Amino acid sequence: MNEMTAPAQKLTIKDFTSDQEVRWCPGCGDYAILKCMQRTLPDMGATPENTVFISGIGCSSRFPYYMSTYGFHTIHGRAPAVATGVKLANPELDVWLVTGDGDGLSIGGNHLMHVLRRDVDINILLFNNKIYGLTKGQYSPTSDPGTRAPSTPQGSIDAPLNPIAFALGSGARFAARTVDTAQKHMPGVFTRAHGFKGASFVEILQNCIVYNDATWENVTAKAVAADAQLLLENGEKMLFGAEGNKGIRFNPASFALEVVTIGENGITEDDILVHDETNLQLARMLAELGGQEGEPMAMGVIYAVPADTTYEHAVIDQVNEYKGKRSLRDMIYSGQTWTVE
Amino acid sequence: MSSEIQMLESAVVRFAGDSGDGMQLTGSQFTTSTALEGSGLATFPDFPAEIRAPVGTTFGVSAFQINFGARSIKTVGDHPDVLVAMNPAALKTNLSNLRAGGILVLDSGSFTKRNLQKAGYEDNPIGTPMLDDYQVIDLDISKLTLEAVKEFGLGNKEALRCKNMWTLGLMLWMFSRKREPVVDWLNKKFAKKPQIAESNVAALNAGHAFGETAELNVSIKRYQIGAQKSEPGLYRTVTGSQALSWGIAMGGELAGLQVVLGSYPITPASPILHTLSGMKEMGVVTFQAEDEIAAICAAIGASYAGSLGVTSSSGPGIALKTEALGLAISTELPVVVINSQRGGPSTGLPTKTEQSDLYQAIYGRNGDAPLPVIATRSPGDCFEVAIEAVRMAVKYMTPVMLLTDGFIANAAEPWKLPDLDAIEPFKVEFADTPAEGEEFNPFERDPDTLARNWGIPGVKGTEHRVGGIEKSFDTGHISYDPANHQKMTDTRFAKINGIANDIPLQDVDQGEQSGTLAVVGWGSTFGPISEAVKAARADGLNVSHIHIKYLNPFPRNLEELLKGFDKILVPEMNAGQLKTVLRDKFLLDAKPLNQVSGLPFKIQDILSAIRAEVSA
Repeated sequence: MNEMTAPAQKLTIKDFTSDQEVRWCPGCGDYAILKCMQRTLPDMGATPENTVFISGIGCSSRFPYYMSTYGFHTIHGRAPAVATGVKLANPELDVWLVTGDGDGLSIGGNHLMHVLRRDVDINILLFNNKIYGLTKGQYSPTSDPGTRAPSTPQGSIDAPLNPIAFALGSGARFAARTVDTAQKHMPGVFTRAHGFKGASFVEILQNCIVYNDATWENVTAKAVAADAQLLLENGEKMLFGAEGNKGIRFNPASFALEVVTIGENGITEDDILVHDETNLQLARMLAELGGQEGEPMAMGVIYAVPADTTYEHAVIDQVNEYKGKRSLRDMIYSGQTWTVE
Repeated sequence: MSSEIQMLESAVVRFAGDSGDGMQLTGSQFTTSTALEGSGLATFPDFPAEIRAPVGTTFGVSAFQINFGARSIKTVGDHPDVLVAMNPAALKTNLSNLRAGGILVLDSGSFTKRNLQKAGYEDNPIGTPMLDDYQVIDLDISKLTLEAVKEFGLGNKEALRCKNMWTLGLMLWMFSRKREPVVDWLNKKFAKKPQIAESNVAALNAGHAFGETAELNVSIKRYQIGAQKSEPGLYRTVTGSQALSWGIAMGGELAGLQVVLGSYPITPASPILHTLSGMKEMGVVTFQAEDEIAAICAAIGASYAGSLGVTSSSGPGIALKTEALGLAISTELPVVVINSQRGGPSTGLPTKTEQSDLYQAIYGRNGDAPLPVIATRSPGDCFEVAIEAVRMAVKYMTPVMLLTDGFIANAAEPWKLPDLDAIEPFKVEFADTPAEGEEFNPFERDPDTLARNWGIPGVKGTEHRVGGIEKSFDTGHISYDPANHQKMTDTRFAKINGIANDIPLQDVDQGEQSGTLAVVGWGSTFGPISEAVKAARADGLNVSHIHIKYLNPFPRNLEELLKGFDKILVPEMNAGQLKTVLRDKFLLDAKPLNQVSGLPFKIQDILSAIRAEVSA
């Protein structure tokens, strides 16, 4: 009660930082993500007591130990299921799920798919470093073909998975992408994910300095970032490039997005697509962008269309509709009974 | 033809037919009518795994057996006194078990050349010496049914579906049971299809009238089975799945917690998911997960956030949950895990009963991972056992394995309705915001129970992190310290073993507290063991029956009790699992009596083993 009347003290990064020593490798991309989260939560109006970080297994999954919120470091791949249970027990909690490309897309792919299609109101952060770090460097479901790793000495063979495409294919209603080192971009994505009612999926391109160093260099390096990243803003034209003259156009002939340069071949700014984060078809194409030479990777909120309600609220509403209408005694004592004198 | 009514003490009737013949409905309606007369009863739905196996095949035969009597009935009966066989396949698969001289009711209309072939009969057995040992009542039930429902204008196929009600009518007449409960049920079930309701009622009445008036080539005897002498009170019939679900909901109420069930469909555990899903009025939340692992993980998540997490499955599903079970043990969160056991290994015999998951329950996890194991012995017993599982889970902050089986899950018995207000509540208290200057430690333990603090999200000041990595005994933070792991492992065992001080002493169900032979059982073998021991004692043999409900930890007097007997016989529907555990814990020379046929024990088999043991 006192807290209600006392002037609310603004929480700071300290209020979200635990006393545990962070044990990622020096230079790991996870540090930057952790700091950004600790720094951004107060601005979102989050409180440690109502925030839960849930993770599976892997380097990224140590994340909860470093937050001074509630945290549950579960088992490999199963964090989405645990998070679903937490939300069913208490839909009002702010639940963040931290996973990686192995935890979320390999052993836990099934659970990730279902938590997305059910639209449980949680925020999912998938740290994608295209490698298994904690188990010492095996290739992962997002590794580029030909990745040489202890389990693939001659190079990996299988085709990689695109996390955003996976999420959209699973029925995700929020999908976004950011980069571990993008300290200016990431807070905005976290804030949007947090504010979204439903399952929000965020892929974070993250660098594993030990087992897959520089795997995102072609997208994130300072020298190429402007040409390799398309920073999306809803309602804004999809322009990018060091000189700001490149853009994305829809080509009806190939039924695909293509990169064009304003001023070349008669292209004007009018030809450039405007980002509409409510357009699922566009989102699916943006998810795949970056796969071809010269294409930028889409960053920011790619898709965001909230449903009328979220899974756990719908479940609880259904229960509340009936709750208290009959007691257990009435249920047991109903039906065909007989009396022995 | 009017028949004299003969009083019987008990009778066993088995309805057998094709999967599509509605034998389970027939059996359960006969059961309701019988229960309302106050007779003691036990039922055994025995059906194939296939939903609709090819018509007329032996593997598509579905049966329902009921043993009822003017006394307490504990088993489904070794041998039917009456067998109703709706087609040749049902006769083929069930005849050998019919008591010599028993009554055989046949639908001769279905004994067509094609059906005989499918059942593997070269010639029609009706009228041949093959059936000489029985009192055969062969009626063209198909034709009689078609005539009875003619006026309602159903198609031939739909009209034939009323065959089971015609047969039920005849059996209700034979055993002097009332038709009204069935008529009420039919009218309710087919409220929106009056034509179907009326046809079925007409078929039921016709079958009944046939018994009254027909001239038969053998005289049908009519029997009366009175009410059993039971404790005064209000009764109903209950299946194990029902009682178990109600017990879970009751446990939640007593603990003051919302029940969150995570479950995935599996035979024979699904009825628990169905029953609890129909209990929203009591605030029960159910979650049909994407798989068995997600089901238990959601239950664990719910418990972490302050609900009572429950998951239900059968052996193969429990195997999938194993890793998560370890997480619940390591994080010390309460979860009730229900295993409705079935025949194994692997997919095994999904619709048949077995009790072969005891090792899995007690030992089946990676690492030293103890948890309490408790077993139900009969359908009605499930209510109390479920409440006890919830109590142990929340009091000791631990997952609890509750073992039931396919037989108990589906079987029905009369159940005296408990006085719910008289059950002692065990309300849970979550950790409060710590006082100024004090820190919350999630692994601070109650000195008596060794249960840890239960702090839940949403409460200020009890923020904490848990996980499957070993935790420091002192702070709850991650710890790789060797001495600490030893201490935590010892503590986890001490906590579970300490529950022995919080459960009743082991009693002797029948017989003396010491003597020549103790027959020791657990789970659904209760009925046959009890009857066998009763028979043996009536013969003057020095035998006692001990039935163990708490399988881990054992009651603290169990060792001393068992050591008071010269010999120990352990009948089990597995290859000898309790026997091994008893030998392991107490260095006892326990002898096994094993059966893994997918069927409950016959009293006779246990009685023979008792005789052999005593005279050996």
